Amino acid sequence: MVDVQSTEKKGAAGPRFVMLDGNEATAWVAHLANEVMAIYPITPSSGLGEMPDAWAAAGRKNIFGTVPDVVEMQSEAGAAGAVHGSLQAGAITSTFTASQGLLLMIPNMFKIAGELTPAVFHVTARTVATHALSIFGDHSDVMACRGTGWALLASGSIQEAHDMALIAQAATLDARVPFIHFYDGFRISHEVNRIAHLSEDDVRAMIDMELVRAHRARALNPDKPVLRGTAQNPDHFFQAREACNPFYDRCAAVVQKWMDKFASITGRQYHLFDYFGAPDAERVVVLMTSGCGVAEETVDKLVDDGEKVGVVKVRLYRPFDMRALVDALPKSVKMIAALDRTKEPGAPGEPLYQDILTALAECWDGPSPKVIAGRYGLSSKEFTPAMVAGVFDEMKKAQPKRHFTVGIHDDVTGLSLDYDPAFSTEKEDVTRALFFGLGSDGTVGACRNTAKIIGENTALNAQAYFVYDSRKAGSVTVSHLRVSPRPIKGSYLVHRANFVACHQFQFLEKIDVLSNAEPGATFLLNSPYGPDEVWDHLPVEVQEEIVRKKLKFYVVDGYRVAEEAKMGVRINTAMQTCFFKLAGMLPEDEAIAQIKNAIQQTYGKKGGGTVVERNFAAVDGALGALHEVQVPEQVTSTHRRRPPVPDDAPAFVKDVLGAIIANRGDEIPVSAMPCDGTFPTATTRYEKRRIAQYIPIWQPDLCIQCGQCALACPHATIRMKAFEPSALEGAPEGFLSADWRGKEYPGWKMAIQVAPDDCTGCGMCVDVCPAKDKEQPKRKAINMEPILDHIDREAANWDFFLGIPEIDRAQVKIDTIKGSQLLLPLFEFSGACAGCGETPYVKLITQFFGDRMLIANATGCSSIYGGNLPCTPYCVNGDGQGPAWSNSLFEDAGEFGFGFRLAVDQQIDYAHELLRRLASKLGDALVAALIECPQQTEQEIAEQRARVAELRKKLAAIDDADAKNLLASADYLVRRSIWSFGGDGWAYDIGFGGLDHMFASGRDVNILVLDTEVYSNTGGQASKSTPRGAVAKFAAGGKPGRKKDLGMIAMSYGNVYVGQISMGANPLHALRTIRAAESYRGTSLLIALSHCIGWGIDMTTAMDQQKEAVACGYWPLYHYDPRDEAQPFHLDSREPKGSFKEFALKQARFAMLARSKPEESERLIALGQNDVDVRWRTYQNLAEVTKNAGASSGDGNGADKSAGKEVNA
Amino acid sequence: MSVDLSTKYLGLDLKNPVVIAACPLAEKLDWLKRLAEAGAAAVVLHSLFEEQIEHDEVELIGAQERGAEYYAEHSNWFPEQEDYRIGPGSYLEHVEKAKKAVSIPVIASLNGVSPGGWTRYARLMQDAGADALELNVYFIAANADMSGEEVEKQYVDLVLAVKESISIPLAVKVGSQFSSPGHMAKKLADAGADGLVLFNRFLQPDIKLDVLEVRPRLELSTSFELLMPLRWIAILRDRVSASLALTSGIHTADDLAKALLAGADVGMIASTIYQNGFGQVRTILDGLAQWMEEAEYESVRQLQGSMSQSKCPDPTAFERGNYMKALTSFTGQPI
Repeated sequence: MVDVQSTEKKGAAGPRFVMLDGNEATAWVAHLANEVMAIYPITPSSGLGEMPDAWAAAGRKNIFGTVPDVVEMQSEAGAAGAVHGSLQAGAITSTFTASQGLLLMIPNMFKIAGELTPAVFHVTARTVATHALSIFGDHSDVMACRGTGWALLASGSIQEAHDMALIAQAATLDARVPFIHFYDGFRISHEVNRIAHLSEDDVRAMIDMELVRAHRARALNPDKPVLRGTAQNPDHFFQAREACNPFYDRCAAVVQKWMDKFASITGRQYHLFDYFGAPDAERVVVLMTSGCGVAEETVDKLVDDGEKVGVVKVRLYRPFDMRALVDALPKSVKMIAALDRTKEPGAPGEPLYQDILTALAECWDGPSPKVIAGRYGLSSKEFTPAMVAGVFDEMKKAQPKRHFTVGIHDDVTGLSLDYDPAFSTEKEDVTRALFFGLGSDGTVGACRNTAKIIGENTALNAQAYFVYDSRKAGSVTVSHLRVSPRPIKGSYLVHRANFVACHQFQFLEKIDVLSNAEPGATFLLNSPYGPDEVWDHLPVEVQEEIVRKKLKFYVVDGYRVAEEAKMGVRINTAMQTCFFKLAGMLPEDEAIAQIKNAIQQTYGKKGGGTVVERNFAAVDGALGALHEVQVPEQVTSTHRRRPPVPDDAPAFVKDVLGAIIANRGDEIPVSAMPCDGTFPTATTRYEKRRIAQYIPIWQPDLCIQCGQCALACPHATIRMKAFEPSALEGAPEGFLSADWRGKEYPGWKMAIQVAPDDCTGCGMCVDVCPAKDKEQPKRKAINMEPILDHIDREAANWDFFLGIPEIDRAQVKIDTIKGSQLLLPLFEFSGACAGCGETPYVKLITQFFGDRMLIANATGCSSIYGGNLPCTPYCVNGDGQGPAWSNSLFEDAGEFGFGFRLAVDQQIDYAHELLRRLASKLGDALVAALIECPQQTEQEIAEQRARVAELRKKLAAIDDADAKNLLASADYLVRRSIWSFGGDGWAYDIGFGGLDHMFASGRDVNILVLDTEVYSNTGGQASKSTPRGAVAKFAAGGKPGRKKDLGMIAMSYGNVYVGQISMGANPLHALRTIRAAESYRGTSLLIALSHCIGWGIDMTTAMDQQKEAVACGYWPLYHYDPRDEAQPFHLDSREPKGSFKEFALKQARFAMLARSKPEESERLIALGQNDVDVRWRTYQNLAEVTKNAGASSGDGNGADKSAGKEVNA
Repeated sequence: MSVDLSTKYLGLDLKNPVVIAACPLAEKLDWLKRLAEAGAAAVVLHSLFEEQIEHDEVELIGAQERGAEYYAEHSNWFPEQEDYRIGPGSYLEHVEKAKKAVSIPVIASLNGVSPGGWTRYARLMQDAGADALELNVYFIAANADMSGEEVEKQYVDLVLAVKESISIPLAVKVGSQFSSPGHMAKKLADAGADGLVLFNRFLQPDIKLDVLEVRPRLELSTSFELLMPLRWIAILRDRVSASLALTSGIHTADDLAKALLAGADVGMIASTIYQNGFGQVRTILDGLAQWMEEAEYESVRQLQGSMSQSKCPDPTAFERGNYMKALTSFTGQPI
């Protein structure tokens, strides 16, 4: 067997072994080897920029002796431009990105390569959004860059990411060809594995300073000026383009030279193509990145079994050295399978396949081997040894599939290969553990920590990888841990676990946690029930698996241990201790000492040791609380696991969404999936996640029926209805109602009801409830109580409540809080964080306009909780009407919504034209009413809907092309409400250009900016909305500059309705401003203060933070209405009271700086106060300004399109 | 004639009996200097609150862990900082700086809750250069199942533990709410307290009417509050070996004179400085000197304790008789 790579280190001291993920392994090199990094966050590459930013903030230097300048830009396009400029001005420069971010860099990449500029971009290869966005990994982004002229260097493991990052840096300086160094997003970027760490001297030895000086010498320099970037013409461009050829011709050799040099320094030898397998192999797979380790592990076993197989690992994919590939293949090879982790629809085959064919055609002597082409692993789809074995099996066939897929079941085009999922390469001495936890319980952190303890302090190797679900509240995490005496190469999930830990007892009711447990495995359960009683609380399916697989079963009451150690719900330490005790990898005493040492290291520097002491107490407590369960021989349970969705759910929901919910998404066949990314809405209602420990329970006797609880609820799980008493017939026992307290509906009843299975338990409803019991003020009109005490009754009540008729919208006083909350929300049970500050706005807007809304949603939190499978929170009313939603990109939600407007206006024009043409047949009165109805009020909308229904009836009876065409466009006659939704990352940064153009356009689109003042979805990077003094990623030392005033920019156009609102501070103002904005027939901008977990606050009382933000003047409420020509600007909040400091320091984002750099914090807070004061005074002055006469309103005639044009005039 | 204002407290020789009580006035070095310039003989620094340190630490780590690892796109929310100044570090640094900034004795103050914390932080304060340590025992015995004896034992155990861990003088500041404050004082002195600071004013809870919530409220002291510590200083002057500091209620030179006459080694002031400025220290000292001159006292040591219970003309006045007399004079009728 030939194994070209060795981890043996030359020299006596040997390398330092550490546990890192792929991003840190790469970033460490990038920080040392670069002077400038222009960055922009995108998953999964964000960490690559965050680490150098934090290191730079701490003064960590590069090999040149300077602290790199790490700058966040407004988009990846901006980052690429800055990189280009920095390179041209002579600095060694890098950036980090993925997916659509990389695509935004392509224009500059052509330029950088065309100018033969050395640079390295480190790319966490991620799926490019097509029919859907995916944050996970494949090569579609990198492959889209093949034409740019960049070298493509691939890494397949954490070690390789570390090493290739440096080789790329060294080679680019020499070759003058820029490099993309890439590895698989998540699978490598986020996998933690044991690597031999390079030293700073290793990096210095690889960076040739003469080449660095040569780079600087080529820089633009007024002392020896040149011009670069000319425009060229047909007579000479072509020749100039060919002039770069010699650099590409020698590039591969340059890379090999630096790989050899690297080997001489570290002992780790790489080649352009590395072969592993039988020297006489007949079947060879060729692939790149993380699949290589999987293939290598498979080949290892198959060769041991006597098969003639091998794998070629592609390192340098561009420039593609065809000779080197052919030389790497054993001469005995008869068939090659090219495995591509990307899809190019319509191409003769994917890129690697085509390149191999070309190489064989040009370089193979004699009859060349046959080549087949496979796709695998799109969007991080599991790629396992079983699949690789399946590919080798296919190659044995006389007529193998020329093109195939592996890892899915394609029952549409029949491309997929069958394989034996039981095939395994796992050796028995490897600990293979699975940990099922909740996002909030620390399971992932504990597993990461466990891997680190083992990998860095013992002779064993460890690998950890983490799988999260799609929701941000109550998210389930599954941690996959391997521990082995040998290096762990296979980057795939644990499928045969010999240790399974379930850290949440309730998971047993909904997830099959034992499906991957192998016979005889150890099962550790965090259980409130002791060893003698737990058995009787297990569902049938769990008991069956324990008995059938003869599992060794242990319980520990982790929550009790955590509580006794004063650690709240953080059960991580307790569960980690139990794992070490049961897994037996280390002697118990040593394991405990290592855990405690790790605790000391993690928490020691953050204070006086209280948290350390508490963790120590949890370690000691866990050891005493761990018990083995004597497993009966028979299954005795009578209750079964809950189905993922109710039996009466629609077929698609059951078969597809239900499978995803039950972690069986891998089993869904191609035929079951929509072919164009179109999904039904209103499906979260089937999920019934039951994630709350406590739910709100209503006290009608205290309730003042204000509706604030329902308004504030981020998840639409508190609802209010008013109804006639007869609706209570058949109410279940215990269904609560009260007499309606208003004058609108005399004699009516009302009810407030929680959806217990959908509630996240955030407690916001209770926090905002103003009604207190006079005799016992801690009791409010709504109170959090244990779900188990109420679930059965409340579930029945909810079902009944849903059946109570919805109120007639036309009867409701819509512009009151109470009235608004009688309207049906058309956004419910999203996967947003518990207590989310964005979703109350989204929900309220759907209550007002949802039945006629189109939403263009920028990528971000709101697109994830709004549109991430399995289930969709946007829903429909009784007539099937509801928001139609789509996500285009992060950067273009403004333009996307603008496009909606253009289409809708055209369709309205067309429908009006057809109406006029058909007036004689339809009746002039109907046609006039349809065209002229202002559709401002709910009543008018209802009347228009009735007219359209009448129109449809009439049209159906007319056999005429115009009638058919009008029938197809008739729906457009009901006024559509067009919205662009997104966060501050979109509106202030990456999408600002488009938004700005929207303002200028004057067209009737409503823009909702959910301003959390930070990039929330990607985990807390600073945006231009981030306030001065707040700590955020890319602003590790506190944001130095003031927050951008987006509203002021919009107001400067004079024709944009602008509202700055805060649901927590003044819900009525928010409500009325939203309605006013929507009613305006031009562009409207709503800037909605949205608290976020990224503020570092207790989300239960987050609305109070909003109150304080407004009270101290930090977030002034205002609206600017161009229709009000006398005084368009209105400052709607009171004179500031209290200080910015008082407000700020209650939030960790500000307080963290006060704890780490008190003087700087004080300085920035003082400047922040000044920002507040200046802004307030500016607004006060603005409120005094009378708008110039003649600046047209853009409203008033009911015709959206003409209104827009008028504004433009 | 000039009078000798010097005194001794906790074994420290002080140039006069005015000591700045533990309060935020000591948080800024500039203010400390101004207090020293105004004549203060020693300063007790603001308290290091063990609970605050714990709270900060737990909150900081909680903020970093809250929302972390929930979701694939955000493994955490905040960039890790190189250093956090949330432990006792910044306080200890302040002790060191205070020592350099002023030449008068600097007494560190510790408000702690746990046996481990008290001794750990006490030692650190000593190492930072504090001339003495004041333990600010702030314990509300809200547990109705806890007996007075248990409460007292807790105090004594704390003093024993701290005393054992340091070699600098130790003062103990307590409240007045003991069944037998005198006995308690004796026990504390026996446990090793070199001085007693009488009495602590606890932050009292108040009810906010508009929101029906309980909020803490701090009011500045008044001269009226002098009377209770005055009584107990007088009673204890010749009964315990420890130094005595009177705190709460000294606003004027007369108040200080009374404190000294009753037996205090020093008087501690804070509220009056908030009300009248740094110059109030000098005003009180000048007033004391003037009164002493007028009353023909030569030195503070001469007058100290001359009106203590054991030395005053009517010892019963500090006990029940005092009460009877007040009633008599108020009603005009003998009881």
